[in-house]
Amino acid sequence: MDSSEAVYNALKEAEIDFIVSLPCINLGKLLEMVECDPEIIHVPVTREEEGFGIAAGAYFGGKNTAILMQNSGLGNSVNVLASLYELYKIPILMIISHRGTQGEPIIAQIPMGKATPDILKVLKIPYFNPKTSEEAFKTIKKAWDMAKTNGSGVAILLEISYW
Amino acid sequence: MERIEAMKIITESLNDELLICNIGFPSRELYSVKDSNTHFYMLGSMGMASSIGLGLALSQNRRVVVFDGDGSILMNMGTLATIYNQNPENFILVVFDNECYGSTGSQCTYAKTVDLGKVAKAIGFEKTFCFRDTIEFEQILKLKGPVFVHVKVDPGNADVPIIDLSPEDIKNRFIHEINKNRSF
Repeated sequence: MDSSEAVYNALKEAEIDFIVSLPCINLGKLLEMVECDPEIIHVPVTREEEGFGIAAGAYFGGKNTAILMQNSGLGNSVNVLASLYELYKIPILMIISHRGTQGEPIIAQIPMGKATPDILKVLKIPYFNPKTSEEAFKTIKKAWDMAKTNGSGVAILLEISYW
Repeated sequence: MERIEAMKIITESLNDELLICNIGFPSRELYSVKDSNTHFYMLGSMGMASSIGLGLALSQNRRVVVFDGDGSILMNMGTLATIYNQNPENFILVVFDNECYGSTGSQCTYAKTVDLGKVAKAIGFEKTFCFRDTIEFEQILKLKGPVFVHVKVDPGNADVPIIDLSPEDIKNRFIHEINKNRSF
């Protein structure tokens, strides 16, 4: 089970059946697996905020929802996470490629990489940093259960070293 | 035509469609025109009505109508490309276009110079309609979606009270309504 398979297997285990996404180089293999899965409705979106909106509608329609995104998109999504997700208590599993972490080759990723955990904290969104495939597999299922119980987003931050 | 009048005409022709309504005065006006378990009133997250409606249309079979506005469409224009590509048959996007941000003091939007109907057509929407003085919504309901309905309305808001439902009540009764119908 490699790093992408671990996340995919955990999404299946959690019965996630509706995924919105924006790509990251580190999410490439996972996105292909999701796209090829006939049990998952996969909606590529133009902006993360829009993705959260679409996923909220899908949750109302009975789906178990997740977003696959890069941490840069968290900045685009602060208002929707507060004034839609927190306000109405809507769950979502946030699988986030955490750029700007150890080993980052692109300098522009550093500021948002540093800000990401603090933004989640301010929004009161619980998050986990699994370091290995085994840890990710276990944590993701738990995170979705927590999202449903809390009626909130729960984030999985996957740093560069994870992949 | 006033927006509340346009809402009245359209809601009279709806049966069991699920209706997502935009933030601010539009939701308050709809609530005062008619309240129903089939309504989801947005209280925040400006711009998200069209996206919420898309997700709902893709995840169940019932027809979804969105009441959106010109300012909100301009704020989340990318979602028009997503809607077109996802091509949901059960989706009708109604844009009440008063060429202004009506809930914040009627400041002008770029819809004054940018024709949102033309934008929808340029993206690829095959079924686009524009209404100004009359609205014939029955014909829209007969069509296979996605449908883009541009309704030009006067600026201004009706004198209507705020919505006295909690966000969780709005959500829970809406989900209950969706689930009720799913069982057969």
